[in-house]
Amino acid sequence: MSFLSKTRNKFRGITDTNLLTSITIVVFVVMYLCAVIFLGEGFLKAQTFFNMLNANAALIILSCGMSLVMITGGIDISVGGVTALVSMCCAVFLDHHGGNVFGSILIALGIGLAFGLVQGYLVAYLDIQPFIVTLAGMFFARGMTTIVNTNPFNVANEEFVALKDTRIVIPGMGWYNKAGKYVDAYIEIGVIVALIVVAIMFFALKWTKSGRNFYAVGGNQQSALMLGVNVKRTKFVSHVICGLLAGIGGFVYFMHVGSGAASHASGAEMNAIASSIIGGTMLTGGVGNIIGTLFGVMSLALIQNIVSSVGLDEAWWTGITIAAMLCLFLVIQSIVISRKKNQKAEEAMEASAPTATEEKENGDKKSD
Amino acid sequence: MSTKAQKSSALDILKKILSNQIFIPISALLILTIVNLIVDPSFFEISLGYSSDGNPVLSGYLMTIIDYGSELAILAIGMTLVTAASGGQDISVGAAIAIAGSVILRVLCGTETSPETIQAPIIVAFLVSVLVAMAFGAFNGVLVAYFRIQPMVATLILFTAGRSIAAWINNNQLPIVNDETFTYFGGFIPGIPIPTPFFIAIACIIVTALVLKFTNLGLYVQSVGINEQSSRLNGLNPKFIKFITFVILGICVAVAGLIKVSRLSTINYSVIAKDIEMDAILAVALGGNVLSGGKFSITSSILGAYVIQFLTTTLYKFEVQSAALSAYKAIVVIILVVISAPVVREKASAIWKKLVNKKAAAKQAG
Repeated sequence: MSFLSKTRNKFRGITDTNLLTSITIVVFVVMYLCAVIFLGEGFLKAQTFFNMLNANAALIILSCGMSLVMITGGIDISVGGVTALVSMCCAVFLDHHGGNVFGSILIALGIGLAFGLVQGYLVAYLDIQPFIVTLAGMFFARGMTTIVNTNPFNVANEEFVALKDTRIVIPGMGWYNKAGKYVDAYIEIGVIVALIVVAIMFFALKWTKSGRNFYAVGGNQQSALMLGVNVKRTKFVSHVICGLLAGIGGFVYFMHVGSGAASHASGAEMNAIASSIIGGTMLTGGVGNIIGTLFGVMSLALIQNIVSSVGLDEAWWTGITIAAMLCLFLVIQSIVISRKKNQKAEEAMEASAPTATEEKENGDKKSD
Repeated sequence: MSTKAQKSSALDILKKILSNQIFIPISALLILTIVNLIVDPSFFEISLGYSSDGNPVLSGYLMTIIDYGSELAILAIGMTLVTAASGGQDISVGAAIAIAGSVILRVLCGTETSPETIQAPIIVAFLVSVLVAMAFGAFNGVLVAYFRIQPMVATLILFTAGRSIAAWINNNQLPIVNDETFTYFGGFIPGIPIPTPFFIAIACIIVTALVLKFTNLGLYVQSVGINEQSSRLNGLNPKFIKFITFVILGICVAVAGLIKVSRLSTINYSVIAKDIEMDAILAVALGGNVLSGGKFSITSSILGAYVIQFLTTTLYKFEVQSAALSAYKAIVVIILVVISAPVVREKASAIWKKLVNKKAAAKQAG
C-alpha cells in the first residue's frame, strides 16, 4: 500500500466532527499568525488575546447552549433576547428595588430556565418547529425588555460594581507600557465562568451517556428512538440547558457591560449561531464539538479585531465579514455532506462488486 | 330521526367552515373588530380631510390599516410561496427592503445627498432595485435549493449583512429625494383620497392571480412542498422551483422597498422595515398555511397581513410602545402555532370525540 492511499484512508477515517473542528482551528491559527505578521506586535501581547476573551465570555456561554441545541437538531434564536431581558431585569432589581447580587443571579437563572422550559415543551412535546418557537421567544424577550424599562441606564449598586470591576491577574503575562511601567495582564470573572461551562459541556457531551444521546437524536431521530433513547425528553433537555446557559450568559454579559438596555446583545443569537457553525457544528444535527465552538467564537472576535485594526472602522464591515465567513463555512459543510454521501455510495459499489464476482464464480463452479 | 339528520348535516357544514383555511384569518378579524367596537367605536371612523396642497385625503385608523397593511400583503405573497415550497421562511426580507430602498435612492440621487432634481426616471430606479433584490433573492435561493441549507439559517446571512450592505451602497449617507411624484407611491396621488400602497397591493395581487391561473407554478410549488422526492420522480425540478420562489420574493421585496422609501423620501438603514420579517411570517401563519411547507392559500395570507396590521394599529391605539409591540405579537404567534400544531389538534379531536360519545351513551341510557 502506497503512502498516498494510506493517508487517504486515514483522511477517510476521520469523523465529520473532528474534520470540521480541525478546519476551524487551522483557520483560527492561520488568521492569528497573519494578524501578527501583517498588523504588528499588538497581536503578540497576551492582553490582546485576554481582551478578546473578556469581551466574548458571554458569547462563549451562549454559543455552548446553541451548539447543544444544534447538535440535537434544533435551533434557538432567543438567546440574544434573553440576554437583554436578563441584564435589564437584573439592572432594575439592583438599582430600583435595592436588591443584592445573589438575588439578581437567581433572577438571571430563573428567566433563562423559564424560557428553556416553555420553548423546550413547545418544541419537544408539541412538535412545533424550533425556529418559529424561538423566533417568538426572541421577540417576546425583546418586547418584555422594553416593558420592564424603556431607557438604558448604568447600574450604581456598590456590591455589583465591585464584582464587575474584579480583575483576575495572570502572573507573568503582563507587558511594559510606553512609560516603561509594568502592566499586569488580567481576565474578568466571566471568563472563568465561560471556561468552566466549556469544560463541563465538553466532558458531558463526550463521555456521558446522556451526552451521547444528544448526538444520537440529532443524527437520526428514528434510529435513536429504536435504540431506546427518549427522543422527546432529550430535545426538551437540550432546550432547557440552552435556556439556562442563556440566563448565565446574560448575567456574564451584564457583568461585562454593567448596564441595562433594550438594545443590548442585539445580534447575539446570530453571532452564537455563526460561531457554532464556524466551530463545526452541523445544522442538520448530530455533528459538533464544544472546543470547536470555543474556537468559532474566538475566530469571530479575531475578525472584529482585525477589521478594526486595519482601519475599516465603520460598523458595517464587521457584519459583512462575519456574514461572508458564515456563508463560506455553510458551503464547506454542504460540500462535506455531499462528499460523505458520494463516499458511501462508492464504498457500497466497492462492497457489492466482489460479491457479484464471487457469485459468478460460484455459478461457474455449479456449472462445472 | 329527521332532526338528527339535520343536526348532523349542520355539524358537517360547521366542520367544513372550520376546516377551511380562510376561516382562521376571518375569525381573527371578527374578534379584533368586536373588541374594538366594544372598547371604542370611534376606531372605525373615517374622515375626509385635505392635505396641505388642498388634495382630498381620507384619514382614520382603517385607512392606516389599508395603507400599512398593503406592503405587508405584498411581502406575504412571496413569503407564502417560499414557505410552501421550501418549508421554511425567509427572515432577511427586512434587510433586503433596506437594500432595495438604498438602491432606489442611489439611482435617483446619484452621488449627491440632496439633488434639486432627480438624476434618473423613477421607473429606472425601481427596475434597478428589482434586479438587485432578485439577485439577493437568488443568492438565498441558491443556498437553500442547491446547497441544501435550512432556509431560515441561509437567510440569516443576509439578515446580518443586509443593513450593512444597504449603508455601504450609499456610503453611509442619507440621500433625500426632492421630487413631488416620488412621494405618490407611499402617500396619495392628487385627487384620489385612498392611499396609493393599496392600489399597488391590488396590482400585485392581480398579477399573482393571473400567474397562478395561467401557469402551473402553484401546483408545482405545492407538490414540491408536500414531497420533494416524489415530485422529482414525477419530472419536476424541485431545486429550480425552490430557487424561483426566492426570486419571486425578491420582486415583492423591491415593491415593498419602493413604498417604504417613498413614504419618507429618504432612508434610515437600521430602522427601515425593522421586524417586518416577523409580521410577514405571522401573516403566513395567520393565513392558516402550514409553516413546514405544502398546501398554501395566498388569499388567506393577504387577509392575514391586513389582520396583523389591524392588530398592530389596535395596539398602537391602546398606546403600546412600538418597541413593546413585539412581545404581544409573539404571544399571538405562540397561541397560533400551538393551536395549529398537529399534536394539539389530535388531542383536541380525541377529547371532542370522547365528549360526543359520552353524550350519545347518556342518551342511550336515558
